[in-house]
Amino acid sequence: MSETKTLIKKLWNTHVVRSLGEDLDLLHVDRLLLHDLSGARAMKELQERGLSVRNPELCLATPDHSISTMPGRTLASSEHGEAFGGGLRDMANATGIVHYGLEHPNQGIVHVVGPETGYTLPGCLLVCGDSHTSTHGAMGAMAFGIGSSELVHVMATQTIRQRRPKAMRITIDGELGPGVEAKDVILHIIGQLGVAAGTGHAVEYAGSTIANMSMEGRLTICNLSIEFGARMGMVAADDTTFEYLRDKPLAPKGGAWEKALAYWRTMVSDEGAVFDREVNIDASEIIPQITWGISPGQTMAVTGNIPNSESFAEPEQKQGAVNALEYMDLKAEAAIAGTRIDRVFIGSCTNSRLSDLRRAAAIAKGRQVAKGVVALVVPGSVPVKLAAEAEGLHEIFLAAGFEWREPGCAQCVASNGEVVPPGERCISTANRNFVGRQGPGARTHLAGPAMAAAAAVMGEITDVRNLAAADLGTEEVK
Amino acid sequence: MEKLQQLQGVAAPLPRANIDTDIITPMARLNTAGKHNMHEFAFEPLRFLADGSENPDFVLNKQAYRNAKILIAGRNFGCGSSRETAVWGIRGLGIRCVIAESFGDIFFNNCFQNSVLPIRLPAETVAELMTEASGDQGNMQFQLDVASRTLTTPSGRVITFDLSPDRQIALLEGLDEIAQTLKDDADTTAFQDKDRTARPWIHELHQIE
Repeated sequence: MSETKTLIKKLWNTHVVRSLGEDLDLLHVDRLLLHDLSGARAMKELQERGLSVRNPELCLATPDHSISTMPGRTLASSEHGEAFGGGLRDMANATGIVHYGLEHPNQGIVHVVGPETGYTLPGCLLVCGDSHTSTHGAMGAMAFGIGSSELVHVMATQTIRQRRPKAMRITIDGELGPGVEAKDVILHIIGQLGVAAGTGHAVEYAGSTIANMSMEGRLTICNLSIEFGARMGMVAADDTTFEYLRDKPLAPKGGAWEKALAYWRTMVSDEGAVFDREVNIDASEIIPQITWGISPGQTMAVTGNIPNSESFAEPEQKQGAVNALEYMDLKAEAAIAGTRIDRVFIGSCTNSRLSDLRRAAAIAKGRQVAKGVVALVVPGSVPVKLAAEAEGLHEIFLAAGFEWREPGCAQCVASNGEVVPPGERCISTANRNFVGRQGPGARTHLAGPAMAAAAAVMGEITDVRNLAAADLGTEEVK
Repeated sequence: MEKLQQLQGVAAPLPRANIDTDIITPMARLNTAGKHNMHEFAFEPLRFLADGSENPDFVLNKQAYRNAKILIAGRNFGCGSSRETAVWGIRGLGIRCVIAESFGDIFFNNCFQNSVLPIRLPAETVAELMTEASGDQGNMQFQLDVASRTLTTPSGRVITFDLSPDRQIALLEGLDEIAQTLKDDADTTAFQDKDRTARPWIHELHQIE
């Protein structure tokens, strides 16, 4: 009788170059994504050590972190754009790595570019010097973030030394209510499990909710895996994945596609495969989420009241709530809805894809950004931007008073200088509400794109479901 | 990599949970500081007040802990961003060992790349170590011995910790992973040769553009 295997184990086993000990293997890296911040630095270190890139043909570079997102930008438009973006370009050119620079029609956030170009494929092992590399697991890939030393190792050897993670399956069943998005699903999960539940684990998302979810929704879910500690989140590739991938420029074509497809269909968890941990989530219970604290686990239903630190049993959680309420300047037990805001950021590797922008635009249409609120929409890539413009989404945003920007990480991480000023409150569709994440003293509430757009037009945290029901998109079904 | 065999010094308790790598090294400093000076900004939001002066309440600003070589932290230490600068910052402060109930996985790996030893211990033990590190016994010296995988506390208690054999050897001998892997590069070539037949689409990607 052959052993039943999880998808995680299959992905792992198909990449072992050499065993290095118990649970420690040297794995082949099929795909290495490089961005300006970690990529330029690692390439410099590689050169300084007298090493070369082993397989430049498997790598892909694009600037996203340090670059300006202002219309008409160049690398010189942001303080460190030349140093990091220029550094990445020069190193890529010198080593023969394909580089999607600012002028390239595929430029964008690495985690948007990978899937939408077909660079990321089911069954592949992909790494990047960025913790949100977990995003690519939505394609049925094994994808995880690494540090800069490991990055140099991958460039020099096309391999990585890794310890086998434990396997967790999160099964999500049921239908999402109107106005509930993939972002709400994953924030809800993080809130339920806590921010360290995934540590040491690779997570497979399964169940009817995931099966019915679009590729873009799955990318959002896998993106936030790292926010509960899981370096890898994944969804087994299925017909939704294959339809999404079929015509992508870097995806295999013709006979190679058919061969790949037959292989990809085997990369699923076997019936009866055993996981180290199983979690079940009822999708119908999920209410649109908004974070109230300084950790993504500090999330709540938008209909609820801000927690009192005394309501937490564990001392660490209690202290965490005290720190959060102070930093966020929130009053315990007040309704979170109605909290005044200063800024809205719609973008990031979490929520900057076409369907995200459509849901935000549906709310923005015919409304106006509230007085005093600065609202940005930053598409995740040039293809996303062009597709949105072809539908006229930019006109909806501009007419409503949103800024329409060029692709990049922008205000998710503020490494391009686009900070939220100290003390200001920002609703962000990104992935981290950490202290100082959007700039020193900035206060971040995470939410989905429709909730962010609703906050922009109302000037306060708002249950998006209270706006006209006709405007509500649900998470797109495949 | 520099060796780490033994260590003797003060341990600083930092009980806050979920200290993320954005706190350890804020983004604005990633753009301007390097390996040699990242420690100047380590823990910036906790260590300094808004006017740039030291926060007297932060443990590493207290006289007894300024030269700490060990950090005892709250759980899920180093979660979040993959930035290795977080380890540079800590290491630059003179800290070569971090003890916590749990760590962010990427931070945990990054530590070993920089000759910093992260040690996972049960919550109860971590709490006891914090108490001992906080005590004013005049000589709160902890001793770390990598070869025997032991931590000896000021009171003489000996705690054994987990450390995989390969990491132990790498620390003791200061081994470089890249050099080790390149020695066996023929294995990678063999893998790729075979894989080109099994999964040609992996190896031909840019040719179809």
